[in-house]
Amino acid sequence: MVNKLFRRDEIIKKFADGQRIMIGGFATKGVPDTLIDALVESGVKNLTVISNDSGDPDVGQGKLVRSRQAVKYVCSHVGMNPEAGALGISGEMDVELCPQGTLAERIRCGGAGLGGVLTKTGVGTVMEKSARKLELDGESYLLATPLRADIALVKAKKADTFGNLLYHGTSRNFNPLVAMAADLVIVEAEEIVPVGTIDPDYVMTPGVFVHMILAKDGE
Amino acid sequence: MATSREIITSRVARFFKPGDVVNLGIGMPELVGNYIADGVLLHTENGLLGYGPRPGPGQESDDFVGAGKQYVTVVKGAACFDSATSFAIVRGGHLAATVLGALQVDEKGNLANWTMPGKLVGMGGAMDLVTGARKVIVCSEHTTKDGSPKILKNCNLPLTGAGVVDVIVTELCILDVTEDGLVVREIAPGITPQDLQAKTEATLTFPDDMAIMDVSPQAAAQCAG
Repeated sequence: MVNKLFRRDEIIKKFADGQRIMIGGFATKGVPDTLIDALVESGVKNLTVISNDSGDPDVGQGKLVRSRQAVKYVCSHVGMNPEAGALGISGEMDVELCPQGTLAERIRCGGAGLGGVLTKTGVGTVMEKSARKLELDGESYLLATPLRADIALVKAKKADTFGNLLYHGTSRNFNPLVAMAADLVIVEAEEIVPVGTIDPDYVMTPGVFVHMILAKDGE
Repeated sequence: MATSREIITSRVARFFKPGDVVNLGIGMPELVGNYIADGVLLHTENGLLGYGPRPGPGQESDDFVGAGKQYVTVVKGAACFDSATSFAIVRGGHLAATVLGALQVDEKGNLANWTMPGKLVGMGGAMDLVTGARKVIVCSEHTTKDGSPKILKNCNLPLTGAGVVDVIVTELCILDVTEDGLVVREIAPGITPQDLQAKTEATLTFPDDMAIMDVSPQAAAQCAG
């Protein structure tokens, strides 16, 4: 079985200017903080970040706002990070808002090879300006188009060395979705175990989606 | 004397019966959780069905939080899931109700609660919630802090949803949103229809069977009990 453990310096080499980066997590919880620190350390610029929210000021995804590495942000809200709101209003960072359930489906579509889904969410609102409206059997829907990224950063509770993942509690959130939707999927896990020790019935993200796992010190 | 928030949130809690699955929005709606009956299951959009009150000191876990980042406990029978499944619960009609705050609400059931001029915040899950929940309950103080009406003929802020609101609960009344406009289902004691209309821009209908709203602290306490 392929071993996907990599050192931090090997992972940092994968980051480049102008990339689209998807990040799991919800309101600073279930966020791949160690990988975000590595991305900040890389110093790459002009990133588009796709994530549920922009964390807190200089916390979680908010570090990429503070560092000004994120020039575009696709999310459902910036409500817990006034710094992101201010940069969005001044135009220094382009903020594209998307209803949370629609964002989840757009990411899922990107990972699942689908051309989009139809949702009633946002009908009759400003969302009609940024999404195609379709009539089907007398009902109005907005077309939610797929989202993909160059790199996804994922936080797991437990990973085996092939990348089969388990999440815990509300820290699952967007992680299994972004894990499907990027060309290169990088995972940090609280615990790394040998292949064969996770019961296949309980795998939440199959290892096929995962390319790199941040090794623990000494591994 | 119960506060406006206690009156509103304890009254909202009485809409729910055991077995109902309910999502409470961030802010005042969260307080409804203090009064709900045993057996009402609370859903939080970050991926948990069946959460309970804040855990005791030292028991908090970053892996069990609500959408407002508050620490929660889990009840027996709870389930965790990813965000796509969470919004399948929301949009798929599996929520008996959602309770949300309002910046503005109008007589057609339009709700504006996610943005205002000069602010950049975002809608989070609110647009999905008002679209998918079987009942949308707005809980809000009857007027703004400066006394201006929040219950309008037409919302002028960007909408969260069009024609989505079913019930409005304030410290002064309970309003049903109907095809004929807003009908006063209950009115707070000591408030006349003229008083209530004066604080409301939308035209209110006062039916013969309009009831008096129970705003006593005892009512709130009984709910909690």
